[in-house]
Amino acid sequence: MPPIPDTIYFFGTCLVDLMYPQAGVSAMQLIQRAGVKVIFPPAQTCCGQPAWNSGYRDEARSVARAQIALFPKPIPIVIPSGSCAGMMKVHYPELFAGQADEAQALDVANRVYELTEFLVDVLHIELQDLGEPVTVAVHTSCSARREMGVADKIESLLGQLSNVQRVEHARKPECCGFGGTFAVKEPEISAAMVLDKVTHIRHAQPDRLISQECGCLLNIGGTMEKQGDAIPHQHIAEFLWERTSMASTSLSQRTDRSLSVVEGNTTEGTP
Amino acid sequence: MTSTFRTTVRANLAKPEVRANFYRAMDGLMTRRLDQFPDKAELERLRTQSMAIRANALSKLPELLETLEANLTRNGIQVHWAETPEQGNQIVQAILERHNAKSIIKGKSMVSEEMGMNHFLEALGIECLESDLGEFIIQLDGETPSHIIMPAIHKNRVQIAKLFHEKFPDIPYTEDVDELTQMARRILRDKFYATTVGLSGVNFMVAETGTLCLVENEGNGRMSTTAPSVHIAVTGIEKVVESLSDVPPLLSILTRSATGQPITTYFNMISSPRKPGEKDGPEEVHLVLLDNGRSNIYSDPELLATLRCIRCGACINHCPVYVRIGGHSYGTVYPGPIGSILEPQKAGLDVHGELAQASTLCGACSEVCPVRIPIPSILNRLRYDGVRRDTANTNTVGSGKRRTLSEAATWKTWAWAATHPTIYHAGSTLATHFKGMLPTNLGAWTTVRSAPKLAESTLHQQVKNLGVDHE
Repeated sequence: MPPIPDTIYFFGTCLVDLMYPQAGVSAMQLIQRAGVKVIFPPAQTCCGQPAWNSGYRDEARSVARAQIALFPKPIPIVIPSGSCAGMMKVHYPELFAGQADEAQALDVANRVYELTEFLVDVLHIELQDLGEPVTVAVHTSCSARREMGVADKIESLLGQLSNVQRVEHARKPECCGFGGTFAVKEPEISAAMVLDKVTHIRHAQPDRLISQECGCLLNIGGTMEKQGDAIPHQHIAEFLWERTSMASTSLSQRTDRSLSVVEGNTTEGTP
Repeated sequence: MTSTFRTTVRANLAKPEVRANFYRAMDGLMTRRLDQFPDKAELERLRTQSMAIRANALSKLPELLETLEANLTRNGIQVHWAETPEQGNQIVQAILERHNAKSIIKGKSMVSEEMGMNHFLEALGIECLESDLGEFIIQLDGETPSHIIMPAIHKNRVQIAKLFHEKFPDIPYTEDVDELTQMARRILRDKFYATTVGLSGVNFMVAETGTLCLVENEGNGRMSTTAPSVHIAVTGIEKVVESLSDVPPLLSILTRSATGQPITTYFNMISSPRKPGEKDGPEEVHLVLLDNGRSNIYSDPELLATLRCIRCGACINHCPVYVRIGGHSYGTVYPGPIGSILEPQKAGLDVHGELAQASTLCGACSEVCPVRIPIPSILNRLRYDGVRRDTANTNTVGSGKRRTLSEAATWKTWAWAATHPTIYHAGSTLATHFKGMLPTNLGAWTTVRSAPKLAESTLHQQVKNLGVDHE
C-alpha cells in the first residue's frame, strides 16, 4: 500500500473543467481536508483520449506529451474520471511505446490514480455523514470498472455514509452508451443504450444518481432531462463533499448545475 | 452519406420484437455462463491457461500446420488448402463431382458461411441441407445466421411455429418446442442416410495426433460426419492446437462460455476414415483449410490475438451493441465484437472498417473472452490503421482508406488548441461566458438528450479561489 503523500497533482479533465467544475473543486477539497497539498498545473487541457479512440494517434500523442510535461515531481496524479485515468495509466504506455519520451510517459502512467481509488487505497479516507437520509443509485463507468478495475471503490466510499442507502438497478455493469465519440458516430445505437439505462435507473427509484464519470453523467443526465423528470445526478466527489461538510457554506459557490441538483430534490432536506 | 450498416442498424432498432428476442436471449446466456463459474479464481486460471494454449499454437502456426497435415495424411484424411473462399468452394465442388453427388447434408460450420458455400453449390444445382436446428430454421426462411453459436437466436418460438406451418402446411400447427424439434428431426433423419456427402466444421485440430474435434449438442454433427460415405470438414487454418492435452481445458471453457453448459452433449474426435472391419463412418474424409486473410492477420504481432478465438460467442452475448442491433445489422458472417475485429481485417478497412467504430470500447467483450483477446485494443488499432498516413508500416488491408480531409483537419485543430493552453483556456472561458448563445440543438446528441450545459465558470477559474497551488 503506498504511503500517504504530502502533495499530489490534480488533473481536472476537460469535461469537469467545462461542465462539472464543482466535481473538481469538491475532489480537491476532500484531498486538502485530509492534510494533503494539491497542485493544479494551470496549463493542463485534455488527456488526449478523444483523438486516441478515434485513431488519430499523432494528434493524441502531441496533446498527451503536453500534459506529461506538467507532472515532473514524483508524486501521485489524481484524476476524477475513470476514462481519463485509464487513458493515462493504460494507454499512455501504448501511445509512447518506442518514442523518445517513453520513460516519462511510463513514469506518469505509474503515478496515476482514479479519484475514488486514491481516496480509498491511498488516503484511507474516513467519512462522517452529516446529511439527511437519501437513496442513491450508482453508475460505474466502464473504464473505471474494467480498465482501471476500481468499481468497488465508489461503493465502499458510499458505504461509509450512514444516511445513504444504495439501491440497485438492472444491468448495472452495462455501458450507458456514451463512449465519447461513439455517441456522435453511432447516435441511434447510443440512444437505444442510454434509454434502456435510464429506464433501469428510474425503476430503482433513487433520489440521486452518483457516478465517478462526468461523460456518463452527461449522457444519462441529459437523457433524463430531455424526458422531463430528471433524477438529480452528481459526481461522487461533489456528493461526498456535500455529505461530509457543512453544505450551507459551500452553497454560494455552486454552479447552477449543482444548484439544480439540490433544488430538484426537495425530499432530501439539504439547504 | 448513410452507410449500409447505418441503414440496417436503424431498421433493426425499429423492430421491437427482434430487440426483445435478443435482450431476453442474451440475459439468459449471461446468467447461465455466470452460473458455470462459481469460483472466480478458477475461471481466471482457466482463461490464462486457455490463452496460453492458443497463443502457443499461433506462435508456431506454420510448423503445427505442417505436422497436422502430415499426421492427418498418415491417418488417411485428405488435406486441401484454400487461400480464398472461391478456392475452398471449388475443392468441395470437385469432391462432389467425383462422387456424382447432387446433394450435401451439413452440420454447423461458420467457415462454410464464410465461403458462401450454399449459394455456390446451389447455383451448380446441388442441394445443401442444413441439419443443425438453428441453421435449418434460418435456411427455411432464406436467412443467414445472426449469431455464431445460435444462428436463429433472433427468432422466438411463435415466429418459428409460424414459419414451420408456412413451409410444411401438412403438419399441424404447434408452438410446442419439443414437437417443433421432433418435426425437424423427422424431416432430416432420412436425408442423413440418403445423402452421399456430409459436411461439418471443426472446433479444434490436434497437430500431434492428426485429429479433428467437433463439439455439438444435437447429434446432427455426428450424423453428418458418419452416415454419408464422404465427410468433408472445413475450417480456418488457425484452429490448430499442438497436442491432445490442449483440448480438455479449451473444451471446458468453450461450452461454459458459449451456452453455459458444463459439458457438450456430443464430442466427436475424427481420426481417420472407416477402417476395414469397422461398421460405420465415412469411407473418405477430407479437410479443407481456409486462409481467407488469416495469414495476413498472423503477420502482425498486435493483431495476431484475433486468431486465438475459439468461437464461443461469449463476447457477442455480452455486447451491449450486439444485443440492441442484432447479428444481421453487421452485414458480415461473424457479428458482434469478434466480427468487428475479424471482418475488417479479412475484407479490408475500406469494406468493413465502420464496424470498428461501432463500439463504446466498454470492454464487456474482453472481460468474458475465454482466451483473453484484447478486443478493445484491436478495435483501437484498426481505427488507427483506418486513418493513418504511414500505411506502408502496416499490412492491414484498406489502411488509410478511412481518412477524410475534414476529419483529419478537425483533429489537427483540436490538437493545436489542446497544446496551446492560452488558446484552450480563452476558448473555454469564452464558451462559459457566452453559454446562453450556444446552440441547443446538437443534432444526434439532442435527439434523446438535452444539450450539455456549460458551467458558469470553468474549473480553471474556480481553482484560483481555492487556495490550491497553481505552480
